[in-house]
Amino acid sequence: MHEMGIAMEIVDIAKASIPQEMQGAKVQRVNLQVGKLSAIVAESLRFCFDLVTKDTPLEGAELAIEELPVVARCKDCHTQWTVTEAVFTCKNCQSGNIDILSGRELDITSIEIEDED
Amino acid sequence: MWFFANRIPKRYHRDHSHHHHGSHDHHHHHDHNVETRKSGTREIKVVRRVLDANDIMADRMRSHFAAHKVFVLNMMSSPGSGKTTTLQKTLARIMPDLRCAVIVGDICTTNDADRLAESGAPVIQINTDEFGGDCHLAAHVVEKAVADLDLDAIDLLIVENIGNLVCPAEFDIGEDKRVVVLSVTEGEDKPAKYPLMFRECDATLLNKIDLLPYLDFDMELARKTIGQIHPGMPVFDISSKTEEGLDEWIGWLVEQVKGKLAG
Repeated sequence: MHEMGIAMEIVDIAKASIPQEMQGAKVQRVNLQVGKLSAIVAESLRFCFDLVTKDTPLEGAELAIEELPVVARCKDCHTQWTVTEAVFTCKNCQSGNIDILSGRELDITSIEIEDED
Repeated sequence: MWFFANRIPKRYHRDHSHHHHGSHDHHHHHDHNVETRKSGTREIKVVRRVLDANDIMADRMRSHFAAHKVFVLNMMSSPGSGKTTTLQKTLARIMPDLRCAVIVGDICTTNDADRLAESGAPVIQINTDEFGGDCHLAAHVVEKAVADLDLDAIDLLIVENIGNLVCPAEFDIGEDKRVVVLSVTEGEDKPAKYPLMFRECDATLLNKIDLLPYLDFDMELARKTIGQIHPGMPVFDISSKTEEGLDEWIGWLVEQVKGKLAG
């Protein structure tokens, strides 16, 4: 529901990441990683991204979203597994003492910029 | 930072290492990292969390609250779960022993603030209308509201978030603990539908239990589901209307607050 704000943050971060000597070049692609636990709807994020990139170096850029699974590890028996339903107890020993290794990401990993030379 | 004991650790720490491979990079003093060069395209490594700006602001708020010895509770739920009534009844029992203030977020209206002001606690209403009708309170919005409060005259600041089980779970506002209110009229499948909220919270209030005789709500299933999503999280069965169960919840809350004030 807050995809518009997220899209605006993405544009700010991407703009700030364009190297000095490449100012003015077009950003062609923004690579984003989104964990499955994040409350982000990819489709509406792309829609908002298209709106907020107008008249910026990101206009027309593709927002490439890589969805990351929820991966947990048990702190007691060290079993590691992919969480596919809303159960966060260890598959092996049923302990609730776990770390979530991935699944909460909402990260820009890179941007791809048009480069003439 | 954004996470407490049961929270999920930050996966990425911003990568400030500089491994420049491109020929243009000698004079860089920012954290860009040229990774690959395809024909006509240059990929710049970024590795930044999109919500960094919010998290940095939330950390700043957290230090600010700590400096003034204020415990901050972030209360979340879907609309109509009974947050405001629960809060009214809670304030009536813990004041004046604890000096409380409330920040209440709504997209529009001051109805909740008006109800809460009857407690005598200072109440700041945030209408996110101004901020684009946001579905959650972000750290910078809370910062603005806090500017109107005398933090040295407060032990406990309760932030009643926007009614929404999805978005507020994503936004740290510098709080010490988070609680979610789930009313039994919403159905026992809600925790499974919104697992992030129940993962991120430190306690659940199962509200409106006075209505259980009229509903098909499966209390055991609800508890089991919540236990699977967040093993060990306290779940308090309450009715804010009849005040059943409030003592246990308030006991937990007061213990958390005193723990911080003593520390």
